[in-house]
Amino acid sequence: MIECQNIYKTYVNGDVETKVLKDVSFTIKDGEFVAIMGPSGSGKSTMMHILGALDTPSKGKYILDGQDVSTLTDDELAVIRRQKIGFVFQSFNLLPRATVLRNVALPLVYAGIDNMEREELAKKASLQAGLDESRFYHLSNQLSGGQMQRVAIARALVNNPTLLLADEPTGNLDTKTGDIVLGTFQRLNDQGHTIILITHEPYVARHADRIIQIRDGQILSDEENKDKKIFNSDSDEN
Amino acid sequence: MKTRDIFQESYTALAANKVRTALTMLGIVIGIGSVIAMVGIGQGAQGSIEANIQSIGSNLITVSSGVQRTTGAAVSGGLGSAQTLTQEDADALKEELTNIKAVSPELSRRYQVTAKGTNTNTQVIGAETGYPTVRNLNIDSGSFLNDEQVKNASKVAVLGPTTRDTLFGEGTDPIGQTIRINGTQFKVIGVTQAKGGSGFTNQDDMIFVPISASQRYLVGLSASGKAYVSSIAVSAENPEVMTEVQNQVTQIMLQRHNMSDIATADFTVQNQSDLVSAASSVTETLTILLASIAGISLLVGGIGIMNMMLTTVTERTREIGLRKAIGATRSDINFQFLTEAIILTFVGGGIGVIFGWAVSLIASNFGITSQIDYTSVLLAFGVSAGIGVIFGYYPARRASRLNPIEALRYE
Ligand SMILES: Nc1ncnc2c1ncn2[C@@H]1O[C@H](COP(=O)(O)OP(=O)(O)OP(=O)(O)O)[C@@H](O)[C@H]1O
Ligand SMILES: [Mg+2]
Repeated sequence: MIECQNIYKTYVNGDVETKVLKDVSFTIKDGEFVAIMGPSGSGKSTMMHILGALDTPSKGKYILDGQDVSTLTDDELAVIRRQKIGFVFQSFNLLPRATVLRNVALPLVYAGIDNMEREELAKKASLQAGLDESRFYHLSNQLSGGQMQRVAIARALVNNPTLLLADEPTGNLDTKTGDIVLGTFQRLNDQGHTIILITHEPYVARHADRIIQIRDGQILSDEENKDKKIFNSDSDEN
Repeated sequence: MKTRDIFQESYTALAANKVRTALTMLGIVIGIGSVIAMVGIGQGAQGSIEANIQSIGSNLITVSSGVQRTTGAAVSGGLGSAQTLTQEDADALKEELTNIKAVSPELSRRYQVTAKGTNTNTQVIGAETGYPTVRNLNIDSGSFLNDEQVKNASKVAVLGPTTRDTLFGEGTDPIGQTIRINGTQFKVIGVTQAKGGSGFTNQDDMIFVPISASQRYLVGLSASGKAYVSSIAVSAENPEVMTEVQNQVTQIMLQRHNMSDIATADFTVQNQSDLVSAASSVTETLTILLASIAGISLLVGGIGIMNMMLTTVTERTREIGLRKAIGATRSDINFQFLTEAIILTFVGGGIGVIFGWAVSLIASNFGITSQIDYTSVLLAFGVSAGIGVIFGYYPARRASRLNPIEALRYE
């Protein structure tokens, strides 16, 4: 369960103050599939970083599963991230010169899971994210954009997080691959994961249960998605 | 994070940039290598000088003739050229000293020596029967001088192996042959064992004759009929009684020469251990000097590590951001970078030890003795790992404190 109470985020660079989030409040229940929409620069990624415990708000409270995350230290946040959160970055941020499986397994290294089990879990997550087995030992910089995106998703899945955050997960994909990725999210949501994704494409947002619109760091609208598009759970994967 | 994984991640990172890793390591290799080699050579020099001094004799106290020094102006004259020690001094010491093995008065001069068409110029030592004991000298063939020959001033000679080689040829047996020292015929009765030619004087290139014969036929007596000696060597029973014997010698000699102060006396009394400690303080200084030059290169190597680590941290900012974003704590990142630095210095240190060892082996081929002991090897390893920690600490700390979002934004 996610509770954001009057969140502000202000960046200060020397004399310049940038107010990015201004009094944002909302609640997301476990198992929801939420899309956050808004124009470029409206503060979506900033919001996601706070939800993903990568950053803390300048003012206000962020309560994750009953725990106030906004006051935690650097290391305490790291522990929250490795236990509860899977993050798919807007730019995939894969380790270059490392194989697909090594990239996917990386969060498990910091969770202290041993080598054998890591490999197992990484393979499982990769298949779940729709990666082909023949690509497992390819280096990440030898993959296509869509494949990289799926590696990034697999890495976010590998520690079986309750909360999965994705920043523009289909931004770099064609419609067909985009659909496969959306299908993956749909399936994960069916399995009980809470999913929050950022998009500026209405088509993508239509797959969510709920759509939050952000303008200039404030919530413009927050409503249920009436005509949710449902994927067939066993849609083709290739 | 498991230790094994820390090593795995560090190794992968180092292997990703092999050339840079190797070059950085080279700094440490040269640093540690030169410390090992320099300390080894320094200690070797110390050891060989000490061994040389020991080979002069064991537990040795030497009385040498000198010029009487009056307060203020010293009368010049080389040490040993003055004739102030007499055979009677030596005889008195023999009689009065306790706790000694032997007393050996010596009278040495260089003479032209000939034998059947060959000739050489060498040190001729007038000696007594105590000489081999005092000077650790052994006989190879024939015999050394005996009491009878010393008493009768017999014209017999014992050759050093080098002298034998020059006069009679290598490996020949000269016993029974005659040689002429300064025109006087002597019969060869023995050859001494080789002691090794290194050191201040080559102890293998000498001829020994009875001191009485030397006084009578070679050097001659003084106008007043006194028999002079150039030095008197006394060998103490054991190292513990050295000081006591030295004091006795000084006392007896002062009394005989009617003097009260050793500082102004016409002779000097030297203790072998004084010589050893003087020599080793010189070589110790040498070792420290060499080691500190090597230490500076080690420091430079350490700074090289720090430089590389800082560059790496900057280059890998995004990667560090990612690692933190997916759950790495500060200490995970800290250990990873520290481990990289320590692997560099430890492996570099290991290669450096081998390299230093090789250098000192090569040096010993050129006649420079060197000693490498395990403490200096262990120390070198410890120091290099320490350098890894010290110079890796700051870059690692910097990496661990990066904010994940800012690090991921870094271009
Ligand atoms: N570290 C920072 N310092 C100053 N300003 C920042 C910083 N990070 C973000 N901003 C500003 O915050 C605003 C919102 O950025 P954010 O990345 O959240 O936008 P976004 O909604 O994700 O846009 P996009 O759709 O293009 O990804 C931008 O105007 C940006 O310039
Ligand atoms: Mg964004």
